[in-house]
Amino acid sequence: MDLDALTGCLASSACVVTQTTSGLIIGMLLFLVAVGLTLIFGVLKVVNFSHGAFYMFGAYFALTAYQLTGSFVLAMLCGAAGTALLGLIFERVFMSQVYGANVLMQLLVCYAFVLIFDDVVRMVWGPEFRSMGMPTAFQVMPLFIAGGVVPPYYLLLIGVALAAAIVLGVGLARTRIGKVIRAAAHNPGMVSALGINTGLIYGGVFALGCMLAGLAGALAAPVRSLTPGMGFSVLIESFIVTVIGGMGSILGALIGALLLGLIRSFGSLGFPLFTEGLMYLFMVIVLVSRPSGLFGKEVA
Amino acid sequence: MTELQAGRTSESLGVPHTGAQSLRSRYRDLLIALIAFIVLALLPLLTSSKALPDFVIRCSAFGLFATSLNLLVGYTGMISFGHGMFFGLGAYCFGLIMQKTGASIPVAFLATMAITAIVAVIIGAICVRLKEIYFAFVTLAFQMLIHSTILSWVSLTGGDQGLRGGIPRPAFLGIDLSNQIHLYITSLALLVIGLLVMRQIAQSPFGYTLRMIRDNAGRASFIGINVWRVKLTIFVLAALFAAVGGVIMSLFVSGAYPEFAYWTISGEGIFINMLGGITTFLGPMVGTVLLLILNDTVTRMTEYYGIVLGVVILFFAIGLRKGLMDFVVEWYAQRRRSGEGF
Repeated sequence: MDLDALTGCLASSACVVTQTTSGLIIGMLLFLVAVGLTLIFGVLKVVNFSHGAFYMFGAYFALTAYQLTGSFVLAMLCGAAGTALLGLIFERVFMSQVYGANVLMQLLVCYAFVLIFDDVVRMVWGPEFRSMGMPTAFQVMPLFIAGGVVPPYYLLLIGVALAAAIVLGVGLARTRIGKVIRAAAHNPGMVSALGINTGLIYGGVFALGCMLAGLAGALAAPVRSLTPGMGFSVLIESFIVTVIGGMGSILGALIGALLLGLIRSFGSLGFPLFTEGLMYLFMVIVLVSRPSGLFGKEVA
Repeated sequence: MTELQAGRTSESLGVPHTGAQSLRSRYRDLLIALIAFIVLALLPLLTSSKALPDFVIRCSAFGLFATSLNLLVGYTGMISFGHGMFFGLGAYCFGLIMQKTGASIPVAFLATMAITAIVAVIIGAICVRLKEIYFAFVTLAFQMLIHSTILSWVSLTGGDQGLRGGIPRPAFLGIDLSNQIHLYITSLALLVIGLLVMRQIAQSPFGYTLRMIRDNAGRASFIGINVWRVKLTIFVLAALFAAVGGVIMSLFVSGAYPEFAYWTISGEGIFINMLGGITTFLGPMVGTVLLLILNDTVTRMTEYYGIVLGVVILFFAIGLRKGLMDFVVEWYAQRRRSGEGF
């Protein structure tokens, strides 16, 4: 425990800015993963336990695309599109088999794929740490805000995640497709009786969720190191986010992810070894006081 | 409903119990346990290889763990994804008490059980209020909390290196656990007694209350059962048996490692249950043997263990949709029924 470091940091604006931005990018990446998870749960009523693997694939796809083409934009697109396609196949071929089955079956199918995907990555990209490196376009002078250092790439990352949040929120609330998706979440039988292909909606929502995770992975590739199994810690954290925010709530995922990101970045100063523990503690506190999460619907 | 759930209801319907019958089935269980114990205890006489006793000791550790998980998953319908925390807790508690205090093994064992019970009551009180997927997550989160506590409390637990330097195993009552054969017989005894006690729990009125809560918790609470308290009780009981498994494991490897408390242990526990089947009492035990054999052969053949294991899981989850023992039991019942028709 190192409380002096924490209070020392809180006293200087430069340190607060640095820690807040690093907390924000952790939070925003988590949000992208968690919102996919929560969306899939909200509509399909399954918990995609292999969601972390899609984050991992996003990062590796982006790495390969970047090394082949040297274009950052293409790398991001590849990461997102590749995982969306993978998610669609995974949902149509495997997950659709266990809809309506009990949770155990769904967990098992996903658990199987966590194992398989990790090994596939190990086969294709090798077991060692890989890194993509910062794209040349962002190798510029960092910004200084109130004395704190903020790399421009961080701003891009936060911007993209925020844009995704807004598009998703508005899209679900205002557009026709959003309306159909919400209806399918509420009563799939009725929606299908009205002549809408629910299988298509399920596949689409699953692919969208995976795409968001893949996008998060691709965005994280320049700033994190890539390793098989990198998805799992992200998965656990995004579970915490969805549980804190309330399953199925997009706003909840955003708030939960940001809180968790800030806890991580400031917690690493005060409790360097117990940062992970802090997050679990926070989740326990939220659950004890509000079992359905901060923004979840009350469950009996 | 799924076949799995359909299978469960038919099982829970056929239970008009009379006192004499349950007494007879109790003696039968005892007899089977005794025979199994004697046969397995004589096993080292037949072979001089060390691999077989080692295999049985590992089976005892994981078998107790998996069967206790089945009390939650199969009997009560509580899918815990963090049951491995009690396995790790048992291993660490026992190892630490033995290393730090020099207590005798039975004292350390009882102290481990007491600590596990206290921790399980606290964690269970928070978790069992939650339903299905929330319960799974929160138990998983507690598992990770314990895991990260073990990793970060380096001065006590040795961090990611685990408890090293060996666990002292002083002899007690003429039993010397540093002797391979003594350890073998002791683990076997713990396994058989543990299974017998769990069987008693499962067949008792309390056990049938568990099945009722699984099938219809609302109804159970209408007829005056305190669902929360029953769930908490079985959560704590299951934790105790998992901790016994952990103790056996720590005696076997003479140490404790953070992997014992990692989520993959819980994942394997769920998978063992699935592999063996959750509708029969011995299903998890069969699953344990299968998984350990699978483990040993696959790791010898390929470094891509995950792919092979994943495909096997998929085969059971999507292909069979039930465990091996479920399959056998259903096949047997079908054969008997068609036999009666003639």
